[in-house]
Amino acid sequence: MSAAVELAGVSVDFGKFRAVDNVNVTVQPGEFFSFLGPSGCGKTTILRMISGFNDPTEGVVRIGGQDMRGIRPNKRPTALIFQNLALFPLMPVWENISFGLEVRGVDKTKRRAKAEELLNLVDLHDVADRRISQLSGGQKQRVAIARALAVEPKVMLLDEPLSALDLKLRQHMRAELRAIQKRTNVTFIYITHDQGEALAMSDRVAVMSQGRLQQVAPPQEIYNAPANGFVASFVGEINAFQGELSAVSGGIGEFKTANGLFRAKVGPGVSPGIAAKLYVRPEHTILAAAARPGANNIPVDVADVAFEGNFINISAKTSDGRSLTVEMRNDGTTALPPAGSKMQFTFDPAKALILADTTLPKPGNWP
Amino acid sequence: MSELLRRYGIGLSAIFIALTAFWLLMLVILPDLYLFENSFRPYLPAVDVGGPKDFYSFANYLNFFQTPIHIQVFGLTVLFASVVTAICFALSYPIAYYLAKVANPRDVATLFLLLLIPLWVSEILRCFALFIMLSFKGPLNMTLIGLGIIHDPIRWITAYNSLMIGLVYVYILFMLFPIYNAIQSLDINQIEAARDLGSPWWRTHWRVIIPHSKPGIASGCVMVFMLSAGSLFVPSLLGSTTSRWFTEIIQQWMFDAFDWNTGAAYAFLLLLLCIIFVSIMMRVFRVSLADIAK
Repeated sequence: MSAAVELAGVSVDFGKFRAVDNVNVTVQPGEFFSFLGPSGCGKTTILRMISGFNDPTEGVVRIGGQDMRGIRPNKRPTALIFQNLALFPLMPVWENISFGLEVRGVDKTKRRAKAEELLNLVDLHDVADRRISQLSGGQKQRVAIARALAVEPKVMLLDEPLSALDLKLRQHMRAELRAIQKRTNVTFIYITHDQGEALAMSDRVAVMSQGRLQQVAPPQEIYNAPANGFVASFVGEINAFQGELSAVSGGIGEFKTANGLFRAKVGPGVSPGIAAKLYVRPEHTILAAAARPGANNIPVDVADVAFEGNFINISAKTSDGRSLTVEMRNDGTTALPPAGSKMQFTFDPAKALILADTTLPKPGNWP
Repeated sequence: MSELLRRYGIGLSAIFIALTAFWLLMLVILPDLYLFENSFRPYLPAVDVGGPKDFYSFANYLNFFQTPIHIQVFGLTVLFASVVTAICFALSYPIAYYLAKVANPRDVATLFLLLLIPLWVSEILRCFALFIMLSFKGPLNMTLIGLGIIHDPIRWITAYNSLMIGLVYVYILFMLFPIYNAIQSLDINQIEAARDLGSPWWRTHWRVIIPHSKPGIASGCVMVFMLSAGSLFVPSLLGSTTSRWFTEIIQQWMFDAFDWNTGAAYAFLLLLLCIIFVSIMMRVFRVSLADIAK
């Protein structure tokens, strides 16, 4: 079976600005695939390219193995869900949903029946004859999904459709979207800047920055084994230390920083002499009364303790004024260190990563 | 009101309001009321005005319904004003769509300027210019012959042809701008969503863009229709020997027959009948007044 969507060496230029830079990625049929990145990273351009509204400057887009060059958006087997949904306000709900069928010349009774069927699929009832303006945010979301599903696309493209919803509804819709995707087995390509959304819903995530793919991997791998400094710092909270890698033995490197010499796992493509940083997640660090042997230790002053319920967020300051974050799980008996107390910020070498520092923007890429 | 007072003080606010009131009352309301009152009175020699023969009646209005030729001219006026409106719409819609959604936003200001410059020239002058352009041995025919498109000159100023060309030319911008505004307010995602769902361009226009711009189309149509039906200069300058326009009859009552009373009655009839016609059309196309006011 050929890939649902394949981007082969795709680049997009807007004048002198390169929005997408040599992207190669293959999305499998039935996959829930996300492009994750900050705004302006080129993810929306990729989506518009797959749906046919933009053309690649270089490279080829294939859908179901077929070269999409010269095929217009209305002839592509894709359906796009817009960020603002773009429902037609002058048509009732059912006509919105069946618009794609109307275009294909399906007669009215069949269209109506299909619209009802899709409304059931997205768990909306008794709204077929309502106006779009009479629906709530979540209901509009479902209508947009039903409208896209009506044309039986091979690929569904979603452009941050949840961003307009409030937090509760957003979390609910995440699960719902995932369920609809599994039920229909349509390939979903999801664009978001919200890492929580990408990690929670996707089979695989592509992290993008400045038009380039930084890492394509399942969510756990993105979070636990980021490929470089950008992925590490964009996805989730992380403590970063600047320094220099001196020696490597058995996958563990020695890293010299202003706060001392630390030991950590060496990430892919990192060797002494390459600009790198040491990264450790707040939940992999411990605030201890005394230095722990075998671990990396930094003396700190506790600056702020935020009790969040299921976990405790502690911000600590090193002697040179750097702010570090520790996250502790609350097991019901966890003692909170008082603000101002002197503690040791410690982490195990196996939990920290030395990664190539790609957080700095490449000169020349931005106008 | 309180905002006006706060910003300009009592003195200046009073002057603003007084000036506006003067304009509205003395230059708009009173003249119309005067004509309206006159339209119910008979046309009499000066000695009889205010005498026993001077009483209110519908005689001037009934005169219209008892004169078949006037009814016929009115019918032709409504018919050809409708044709002018339709032509204006057919020409304006593609231009408005191009300006609102296709053209590079940087060029739109220039394009608008090009459209507006002719409007700075007075309507009468433009009609004279068009009269010369359209004449039998005028520039238009000579150019067409020169290009080999036609062999013999075409008689443009005949029947209602030149009149309609003139009305379209003079009033087309009143159609273009409201439609442009309406299309401009449409979210581009709506158009893209329709295309993405497989819609060909004509269906996107029919189902998404035109329904959205209906208020603009309606106000453009009402404006062009009313202006065309009420135009006097264009028919008197560009009309042929075989074209008759209802406003010309009003003018003849007033300035040839000096019967301002019947002329006023005909003018109000024109207004009333046009309002009725427009209301019926709005009902047919399912447009409400509130849509137009938007």
